[in-house]
Amino acid sequence: MQTLVANELSVNRNANPYLVIDNVSKVYPTAKGDYTVLENISLTVYEGEFVCVIGHSGCGKSTLLNMVSGFTKPTLGEVRLESKVITKPGPDRMVVFQNYSLLPWLSALDNVALAIKSVHPETSKSDRLEMAMASLEMVGLTDAAKKKPKQLSGGMKQRVSIARALSIRPKVLILDEPFGALDILTREELQEELLKIWQEHKVTVLMITHEIDEAILLSDRIVMMTNGPAATIGEIVDVPFARPRYREAITEDPRFFTIRNHALDFLYNRFALSATDEH
Amino acid sequence: MTSTNIRKKSFVSLVSEWGQGQLKFILPPVLALGSLLFIWQILCGGEAPPLPPPTKVVSEAWNLIVNPFFDNGGTDKGLGRHIIESLRRVGVGYSGSVVIGIGLGILIGTNVIMYRAFDPIFQVLRTVPPLAWLPISSAIFESFKGSPVLKFMGTDAVELSAIFVIFITSVWPVLMNTAVGVQQVPQDYRNVAKVLRLSRTEYFFTILIPSAAPYIFTGLRIAIGLSWLAIVAAEMLKGGVGIGFFIWDSYNSGKYSEMIVALFYVGIVGLLLDKLVYYVSVFTVQSDA
Repeated sequence: MQTLVANELSVNRNANPYLVIDNVSKVYPTAKGDYTVLENISLTVYEGEFVCVIGHSGCGKSTLLNMVSGFTKPTLGEVRLESKVITKPGPDRMVVFQNYSLLPWLSALDNVALAIKSVHPETSKSDRLEMAMASLEMVGLTDAAKKKPKQLSGGMKQRVSIARALSIRPKVLILDEPFGALDILTREELQEELLKIWQEHKVTVLMITHEIDEAILLSDRIVMMTNGPAATIGEIVDVPFARPRYREAITEDPRFFTIRNHALDFLYNRFALSATDEH
Repeated sequence: MTSTNIRKKSFVSLVSEWGQGQLKFILPPVLALGSLLFIWQILCGGEAPPLPPPTKVVSEAWNLIVNPFFDNGGTDKGLGRHIIESLRRVGVGYSGSVVIGIGLGILIGTNVIMYRAFDPIFQVLRTVPPLAWLPISSAIFESFKGSPVLKFMGTDAVELSAIFVIFITSVWPVLMNTAVGVQQVPQDYRNVAKVLRLSRTEYFFTILIPSAAPYIFTGLRIAIGLSWLAIVAAEMLKGGVGIGFFIWDSYNSGKYSEMIVALFYVGIVGLLLDKLVYYVSVFTVQSDA
């Protein structure tokens, strides 16, 4: 089992650190004293890497992502992207939210075009619409371009959200349980589409998920968090499957079950939620 | 032969089906109105009743009912002309409410300290009824009597104070609903604005205003009702042409039938104004899924 655990130093990568989470802690002051959500988190993500963060509810996964996206600041330590310290949100770290966060009064196309306008204010409106349409084409939604979000299904909304995020070519794509609200068929379809898009764009992805299978299919490394309070990184598992990946091929590979059982053991035996934690 | 018979029958049955379908919507209000008029007729049927019964209202005010736009000069005009004059005043006062209410509402809604400072004051002021604003309004605008600025604007102090009563009655719901709507911009949309680093103007027009629009329209709809309510109070002061003054004048000269007909006009116009703002909001606002 020990061979599965990737040591930061032992991993041979021909790249410089891209996104660095450097000894980060997050403490919220409360009336009963300080409450530590995250403690001593260090993680280095390389350019073009796909990293999944997995852990039980309330372990501070979202807090960790919010510090990368810039919505919250670490109490201790810092997060750096290309050696620059992250202090606030920006379009270089585009977020795909679980609840889509599309503006309901704008069409799918205009939602994407708004993002393009914010990053390239110098472009003409027709250029922006053209670029937005190209992004929608990437997620197979050209037919629904003129529709308002409420006319779209959950899966389609999340496609628009992904198209919006990628339309501005972010350095890091941050996904916070993007498929959590979708049914299983739509979820699998979108996983494969995300895999394809990531392959083509070579964008660096940081993604929160609850699903071990999803993490194994998509990511290069799986970061497993211990339980809160004062959660930290328990283990980092390398996912060795070659790219491009196909669901059927991976699920038939014996290593799939080794990784899967290892992760299940981590989440449900070593760091299981005790009965008192659940409520 | 048989086929045309069947077609005829089915056409007739279609019409009667439609009639029966509509009947359950038409019949109850007609019956309710009929019984109310009947009760009124009975109650006011005796000798020297306090108000004329419906039959007498119709016979006495027949000229007003059938000729809404006659003009004999002075204040002797058809009710349609009185209504138009009142609508003009409401239009001016209500426009002021819309502009100032939305403007101040956005200012207060986006600034927590301003909101804390002014919200309690507005909460008190909004409960002051139109009639109570009348003396204050008169006092303020009497000091402007004969001012050359007013002459230049083609208006007089009394007219302005009437419009001010309409404005001050209807501005509060616009202001407070706008402030709340601006405060209620969902965190999701704010997050999108933060990630995209939208400029202030971009945020204002693409996120703040559309997101607050349903709240603003709720305020506008309450306000149009209130400003129409205020017209009677405002025109009691003003005199001259206008449906509010007409009612007051009819009461003073004992023409109760005319007063009652005018009341119906006020009610129907108020309903139409409410529906107008409602349909504008339906066409404008794109609500969330």
